Amino acid sequence: MSRHRVKAVAYDEDDFDDGYDSPDPEEQEFLEQCTAEVLSQLLAGSPSVTATRDEVQEALWHYYNDVEKSVNYLRNKKAKETKKKESAPAPAAKAKVPAYPLPPDLVLQEPPHFSAADFFRDSPWLNVPAHRKADILIEPLYPRLGLLGGAPESGGKVSKLAALAAARKKKEGDKASTAAPAQNAEVNKTPVPSTEQKGASLSLRERLAGNGKILKPEGAQSPRPLGKLSHPGSHSPQKKPSPELVKQNGASQVNSANVQQELTAEPLVKKEEKEQPTVNIRASPSTFASTIVGDVTRPKLTEPSPLFSTSLDLMEIYGQNLTEPFDFTGPSPDDVVLNAQSSAKGFKSKQPASKPAGDKKNQTDLAGGMNNLSVAEKVTVKSKNLDVLSEYQKSKRKNAMNFAVIGHVDAGKSTLMGRLLADLKAIDQRTLDKYRREAEKIGKGSFALAWVLDQGSEERARGVTIDIATNKFETEKTVFTIVDAPGHRDFVPNMIAGASQADFAVLVIDSGTGNFESGLKGQTKEHALLVRSMGVQRIIVAVNKMDSVQWNKDRYDEIEQQVSAFLTTAGFQAKNIAFVPCSGISGDNVTKRSEDPNVSWYTGRTLIEELEATEPYSHALDKPLRMTIGDVFRGSVQNPLSISGRLDAGSLQVGDQILTMPSGETALVRSLEVDSEPSDWAVAGQNVVLNLANIDPIHLRSGDVICRASAPIANITSFTAKVLAFEHLMPSMVDVHRGRLHVPGRISRLVATLDKGSGASIKKKPKIVAPGSVARIVVEMDHAVPLEAPTRVVLRAGGDTVAAGLLE
Amino acid sequence: MRLIKNKVELNGSGTVTLCPEEPEDMWHAYNLIRPGDLLRASAIRRVTTTQETGSTTSARVHLTLEIRVKSLDFDPQLSQLHVSGQIVNETQHTKVGQHHTLDLELNRNFTLEKEIGSDGEGVGWDSIAIQMLKDAVDDGGKRRAEAVAVVMQEGLAHICFIGQFQTILKQKVEMSVPRKRQGGSDHDKMEFNTSSTSLTSNETVRPVLLASPGFVAAGFQKHIQSVAATSTPALKRLLPNIVVVHSASGYLHSLAEVLQSPSVKTILADTKYARETKLMDDFQDQLRKETNKATYGPREVESAVDQGAVGRGGGVLIISNRLFRSQDVAERKRWVSLVDRVRDVEGGEVRVLSSDHESGRRLDGLGGIAALLTFPIVEDDYDSHEEQS
Repeated sequence: MSRHRVKAVAYDEDDFDDGYDSPDPEEQEFLEQCTAEVLSQLLAGSPSVTATRDEVQEALWHYYNDVEKSVNYLRNKKAKETKKKESAPAPAAKAKVPAYPLPPDLVLQEPPHFSAADFFRDSPWLNVPAHRKADILIEPLYPRLGLLGGAPESGGKVSKLAALAAARKKKEGDKASTAAPAQNAEVNKTPVPSTEQKGASLSLRERLAGNGKILKPEGAQSPRPLGKLSHPGSHSPQKKPSPELVKQNGASQVNSANVQQELTAEPLVKKEEKEQPTVNIRASPSTFASTIVGDVTRPKLTEPSPLFSTSLDLMEIYGQNLTEPFDFTGPSPDDVVLNAQSSAKGFKSKQPASKPAGDKKNQTDLAGGMNNLSVAEKVTVKSKNLDVLSEYQKSKRKNAMNFAVIGHVDAGKSTLMGRLLADLKAIDQRTLDKYRREAEKIGKGSFALAWVLDQGSEERARGVTIDIATNKFETEKTVFTIVDAPGHRDFVPNMIAGASQADFAVLVIDSGTGNFESGLKGQTKEHALLVRSMGVQRIIVAVNKMDSVQWNKDRYDEIEQQVSAFLTTAGFQAKNIAFVPCSGISGDNVTKRSEDPNVSWYTGRTLIEELEATEPYSHALDKPLRMTIGDVFRGSVQNPLSISGRLDAGSLQVGDQILTMPSGETALVRSLEVDSEPSDWAVAGQNVVLNLANIDPIHLRSGDVICRASAPIANITSFTAKVLAFEHLMPSMVDVHRGRLHVPGRISRLVATLDKGSGASIKKKPKIVAPGSVARIVVEMDHAVPLEAPTRVVLRAGGDTVAAGLLE
Repeated sequence: MRLIKNKVELNGSGTVTLCPEEPEDMWHAYNLIRPGDLLRASAIRRVTTTQETGSTTSARVHLTLEIRVKSLDFDPQLSQLHVSGQIVNETQHTKVGQHHTLDLELNRNFTLEKEIGSDGEGVGWDSIAIQMLKDAVDDGGKRRAEAVAVVMQEGLAHICFIGQFQTILKQKVEMSVPRKRQGGSDHDKMEFNTSSTSLTSNETVRPVLLASPGFVAAGFQKHIQSVAATSTPALKRLLPNIVVVHSASGYLHSLAEVLQSPSVKTILADTKYARETKLMDDFQDQLRKETNKATYGPREVESAVDQGAVGRGGGVLIISNRLFRSQDVAERKRWVSLVDRVRDVEGGEVRVLSSDHESGRRLDGLGGIAALLTFPIVEDDYDSHEEQS
């Protein structure tokens, strides 16, 4: 302890010379009184201890002349010290660094810490009353006598400077880095603060000494606890005694050199500390300290004050790298700087954000790191930056095709598809048996196969498909996606949504007596016209329920003749029409040729063979991204917001930023599924499920369009279209359909009727457009919707399709 | 609306004092009052006075102000009518020429004066205005809101009042209903139903039309039944009045289809709305048949009237009241004279459709005016259209 005092005295002299401190005589008198009282109490206490006058006064300093606390403090201190002396006589190295490490009890038994922020709350900034200055500074500094408060306390900035200095050293040569600690070590061991490098180490030593008197002037000059991040102020007094330093490193480097040495000194001190057996008895750092420091062996930090919250943030921003060097498990500070410098040019890694070196370039890096951090609260998915198109060409996927199953209500569309799936083992027998049992239970045994696709309870209860159902199956060559459309006229909007996803269509016709005829007037006709006007070229006509007419060839021929005549007028080319007589319920001619002798007359292909005979379609892969949202749903816990649909054009990959229209909100593709299998990318023509992030579901509705911000689709309120009239057209209210998009609108003008073949105008401004003719019309909508030419739209009114055509 | 005082002169100028009694009367007032008219009504005006010392005091004073109408602002949802104009009567607190906006209130009289200037720049109480006044003060008791209609589809519902003269969209309920998915749970429309229920429950007993494509309306009816039986007995009184009908979509314009359905027709057979809807349907039928016995558009109808096709024996002039709301005096005069001519000279029938009804909207789509003709006329004036356009 004597050495302690010696050292303190030395500093005292130094500081008093500076004339920073001129104690108030009244204060001194009070101090004397208190000192006497403390001494008497210490002697009187049960383990009678003796303390020097200086010690007592020091304690009183720290406890603001609180006699009782000072007594407790001193008593504990003495007790510890005697214990320490007994157990392990301090080695020589320790002698040079007297007040460190602090006995743990000392730290632990500190009174609840004084918050500088609270204390200064009512004082103007940088205009603190003198008496308070003197008071406040001691407290936060006190535990700093635990050493190196400097580095962690001052956050990343100091280390940044240190890093800069270290980098400079590095340039001079690797040896310098080892030399610096060595120098410091010497300095530390030198008690007299007058050698060349001493100025730099002075700040460290000041703290090591932990003498209140010394610290007082320093603090009085700059309110340190308030200015955690304002180092120049706190360092200025340290510069003063060492003008030589300026010479050595150049004026601009003073601070950095200063700090660097401070920093390099820290490891040194720790080395010393590790040699000490007393290390073991030190209490583990507080949670706060470990948060800041991230390291048990690190010396204890100053008390958690509200002001530290800023440095806490900084620590987080800079990452752990700042603190790691000090436990010697990480790279040396020099290495870190080198890494930082080398990586600063390249793309981001952990280093640049966490290790800002002092220059401007790296400061911009720091800003970048900040930005990254703010985004980190949101979900970020790193794009793999794949070249999707080349990936697509590389991939050896089977051809993928969608087909829509259309036809009049109760033609057996769902059942036929259920049969197809069952026979191709796309659905297991057990499920099928379950459906059959349940269907029979409610007296709808014949609907069992349809239940494969009709999953909704209402659909099952009523035995009618309401919404489109998609299911897929594979053959050797192709992956087919069934889009099973509802046949009921009320659900034609849903059918339009389904048909818009289709490459080709399967028209199912009920061959039953009377049913075929009613169908041809009803949705058989409407659906066929709709799919044709939506661009479907190929149509396979499945003449279903042939078993109900005993596979009568005449009936089949009659149907074939009528339907092909109708389809030809609808615009299908004869070569693109195929007929298959089949029975969904029994499975004849669906996947396997019928065994029934009545069917011997038919030698053509089965339904599945016809499906496979379809040429694959090409899609606009290189166009800008377009996808109409088919459904918005909650996928799972991991993917709280998912949308499904088919990519109309373009390509997409995980991590892409997408724009939804008409809301104009951006979203991030967190992950995506192609045909319900996870994938990194998707291209036009594929059925995808996108799991989105960073968007509110309120902005997503089925019928919205997904695009890219670089090539957005425009929201329009009016468009001109060339349409084929199914009904009489006159200015009136209509529903505008495009895929899932369904909005009210009105035909505002009939521009002209056009010649079917040439497209030339026949009659301008007609009063009414007759069914079957082509006309150019203007449609207005109440709300802006994403539509662009050339899009196929369907206009409906009063439950009937009145027109379909192409946007111009 | 009650007619308090009627001092309309033979020449068409004069004043009328009216007392609006129910919200729809505001709509009538909106149609009666035109820019340029003098309107006298009680008002609350904030008057700011400046003392000599420069201090200001403001007070709200009740006044009876007379303004020359400049513009009208009608809020159909709330049935509020705000009429703004310049003050013409000097009072203690106001000067002539200051602007004021009168908010017409229920059960407070207002006096409307229409003038015919010496050189005939005003229109005064023309035949249309008189007709509107008659409609407005018709207290036959049939003028209540005639039905509540809920037009639905999955994820969307429009709740509206079908009144005598207007259809008020009270609430639009829209929400994203997940579509059916492979393995997904059955979508429930309960939330969607519930929000509708909350509104319907406030209504007084009237026919409630539930319309939707598919089974949504039926599902909603079931839902109301179950809710009425359990949680909200207040709905019970509604139950006998619920009619489920089919509509093509959940948008408002499918109301036309709703009113066509036989079950609704029996309920609302003789309401104005139903009559208007029927008229429009007839018209469109004629148009479809391409008999040339129907025409639409201002120019076409005028030419048809000139040819005497809108006369006795089935000639009907259908005109939207939107045309009479025109700011332009000459424009209004044009239509009024056309109406007068058809009615008085030609002997045809004239139907003024409310543009706030669905049928009126359909008519607006056709240019606001259409006519059923007594004999087919040939569209020869083709080039004139193009000149016009």
